[in-house]
Amino acid sequence: MLDLGYYFRHLRINNRIVDILEQEQILLKGLAGSDKNSIELIYRDNYSSIQSFVLNNNGSVDDARDIFQEAMIVLFENVGKDTFKLNCQIKTYLYSVCRRLWLKRLQQLGKYNFNLENLVDIVPVDAEIEDHEKRNDDFNLMENAMSKIGEPCKSLLDAYYLQKKNMQELALEFGYTNADNAKTQKYKCLLRLKKIFFAQYKYT
Amino acid sequence: MDDILLLEEVERYLRGEMSNEERILFETNRKNNAELDQLVVEHTYFLQGLETFGSIKTFKNSLTEVEAQLISEGIIGLSPLSGKAKIVYLWKKHKRNIAVAASIAGFISILASGLIVSFTSKMGNENYRVLVDQINKTNREVNKLKSIDAIEKSGTTKPEVDFRATGFLIDRKGYLITNAHVISRMKNIYIENRKGEFFKAEALYSDKEVDLAILKITDTAFKAVSSLPYSIKKENAELGEQFFTLGFPRNEIVYGEGYLSAESGSDGDSSAYQLNVSANPGNSGGPVINGKGEIIGIITAKDSKADGVVYAAKSRNIITLLDKLKKSDNQFQVIKIPNKTELKKLDRVHQVKKMEEYVFMVVGN
Repeated sequence: MLDLGYYFRHLRINNRIVDILEQEQILLKGLAGSDKNSIELIYRDNYSSIQSFVLNNNGSVDDARDIFQEAMIVLFENVGKDTFKLNCQIKTYLYSVCRRLWLKRLQQLGKYNFNLENLVDIVPVDAEIEDHEKRNDDFNLMENAMSKIGEPCKSLLDAYYLQKKNMQELALEFGYTNADNAKTQKYKCLLRLKKIFFAQYKYT
Repeated sequence: MDDILLLEEVERYLRGEMSNEERILFETNRKNNAELDQLVVEHTYFLQGLETFGSIKTFKNSLTEVEAQLISEGIIGLSPLSGKAKIVYLWKKHKRNIAVAASIAGFISILASGLIVSFTSKMGNENYRVLVDQINKTNREVNKLKSIDAIEKSGTTKPEVDFRATGFLIDRKGYLITNAHVISRMKNIYIENRKGEFFKAEALYSDKEVDLAILKITDTAFKAVSSLPYSIKKENAELGEQFFTLGFPRNEIVYGEGYLSAESGSDGDSSAYQLNVSANPGNSGGPVINGKGEIIGIITAKDSKADGVVYAAKSRNIITLLDKLKKSDNQFQVIKIPNKTELKKLDRVHQVKKMEEYVFMVVGN
């Protein structure tokens, strides 16, 4: 059940009265852009019900925080896709993802005996969670590789590929005499990162 | 150099920066050259990975910031204190002051008697030796010389170091675990990383009973790490379980390995294990990690007479301690201990490589 406060708080966005579907679209758009206000509103509206669910099912507050963060990441990964369309409220989606993630973790800990394949979600999210786990492995491999290339490579690649700065800016920031030097250095670093990344990829 | 030119061509192609002729030439090359084709595929995949990595990282940072704010507002995790709980809370707070007073008294008496490395144990076992290293003068001079370079780089001045031990992160934001006996002798506590950079830290809590202390790096120069690759084990470890340790018996990180030789510590202490491993002054506070990448204990002491008899506090003490503290004191709410291990599938060398970034020297005077 939604409490009334939910409607009141979101009723006006940019001084315009919007209905609940439109509100959710705005929140999702914000989430896709890592906008903190949107993330905060989603947290405020959903976290407590997830926490009660986890606490009632053998978990702690820390577990609840963890699961909720992970579910937010699953949602984030999916909102970014062109093919993704949320056919239910954010609340329902997050609850389904959290439930599945938590039961899965309980099962891994040997605290829950149930075939997860028989679990019926309120909305189907199992495929998305599987996708997320693969992506999470990749994320960890990339993070690990990044941590190994050392400075200035790490900052240089971060600035170019993640912060999208151009070569002039990089040359200035890192003290290269010109954009061409910065470029050569960037490619050297990229080669190193690739080498480390693919080496561990083969390894696992 | 050829590699670099080739990579540049591939990126220009992928970004659509080539002229029409260039593109046609490139595509013909790609058709006739399987290696080039593979490089294009591989690089597309890699750049996508890098892109996803960046966006998830930014998103995670936003999540963490929002979470921290909601914790401070009490929306996450806090149950309001009831009347009864409040009394317990006040009592605990009071008790802590007593403990601090007691540790100061202990510190003075230790200094007066000049006995620092070998103060006798809590259990009345005279062979019980805690493993903090007292740095002697020559050693200190050597260290000074070694670290001049590091100081110039980090900009912080190296503090006088009288004691050295080990600590490890239990939360990415700069919270560490070490032994209570380590910090009970220090007036000023610093954390030193492998690059020789120092960060000021303070003790948030120390429990002499289980010999654990929680430190927080207060230095603004310290940047939170993105995540911790190991977990902290809630359950008891098994007799015979193999493990490895990392610590600072020298000014450099030292690896050790061994097995769990008894399920209780000195004089049947059920909050500790007995280990068979080599440990020396400076190892105190170091993590004991099993093959799956779970921390099972914290090195605390060794038997000075028996060979290879080392004691470690059980890891579940960390969890019990934090659970207790979180109920009574808001400042502990933000500590989120890692519960996922990424080390499971790695071989030992890679496990150690990953771990050593999160194990620090705890030094002080």
